Amino acid sequence: MMKIAAIVPAYNEENAIAAVVNDILQEARSQNFSITVIVVNDCSRDSTSEIISKLNCIALDLPINLGIGGAVQTGFKYAFENGFDFAIQIDGDGQHPASQISKLVEAINEKKCDVIIGSRFISKEGFQSSMLRRFGINYFKWLNRFLVGVTVTDSTSGFRLINRKALEIVSEYYPDEYPEPEAIILFSLNKLKIGEVSVTMKERQGGVSSINAVSSIYYMFKVSLAIFYTFIRIKFKK
Amino acid sequence: MEKIQIIAIAISILFLLYIVRLIIKGKLREEYSIVWIVCTAVLVVFSFWRSGLDIVSNIVGVYSPPNLVFTAAIFAIFIYLLHLSVVISKLQSQNKQLAQDIALLKEKMK
Repeated sequence: MMKIAAIVPAYNEENAIAAVVNDILQEARSQNFSITVIVVNDCSRDSTSEIISKLNCIALDLPINLGIGGAVQTGFKYAFENGFDFAIQIDGDGQHPASQISKLVEAINEKKCDVIIGSRFISKEGFQSSMLRRFGINYFKWLNRFLVGVTVTDSTSGFRLINRKALEIVSEYYPDEYPEPEAIILFSLNKLKIGEVSVTMKERQGGVSSINAVSSIYYMFKVSLAIFYTFIRIKFKK
Repeated sequence: MEKIQIIAIAISILFLLYIVRLIIKGKLREEYSIVWIVCTAVLVVFSFWRSGLDIVSNIVGVYSPPNLVFTAAIFAIFIYLLHLSVVISKLQSQNKQLAQDIALLKEKMK
């Protein structure tokens, strides 16, 4: 049986986190795989820490706020050190329904990929994000295609399943801020096979997005820079 | 000796003493103090040696000596700021590593 770690980063998610964790556990019981839920509390100021300590999950409490990338990486490190075969990232705000996990698990076995990304834009069902966001996502799609020749329709999706080979890479280095588009470059330059599968996502159930209107320009700029740096760093190391 | 020269000498020496005091009290690490000591030493030298600035300006071909002072000072500040950014980046990544290790260790101890 596949040993899967479900990594749930949580920052001030007291309203949604319990439901997210319980949904994952319930889904795992009905499917043929064993999931260990790892909640990484990114130094939340609300009661997230108390809530997760009572749930049936591994609770990792960061002593300082690291941001989404640092939090997720903590989970990756745990999963890698404790011998998990796969890790799936599931956002703590309820955007990624547990019912979709099996789609990723099936796809990684079928397509023989190292990384499977859950995409909102293949079947265009469910929550589709705002127009401005979709513009940004398309921009990253083209940037990735141009640099590494891999087409990922939903490059900002955090809903992804990775195997142990990818887990080793991301527990070594993972970007701090807005890690998703950059991680695609990281994976493909490390010769990992990336696949996508269609999923439906929900609108967030609680909390606020890490990206607001003002910071979206900073987001685009920062991620582009990070992508170029990562590209150059790995290209010239070899 | 002119009034401004005395003021300049006094201030540079006071500054130098303050830096030495910071190092002795352990509030400033030696590696970061080097640049400050060198800068203050240059200030002290030029406060005593008044014609020095004109001579150096002539050598490097700067017509107006004050311009040399500003150019050199701004350049030094930029370099030092860049150095500080490098130091901060390093601290940040070490900080992140420590935080993650603490979280993982706390889980192990449960």
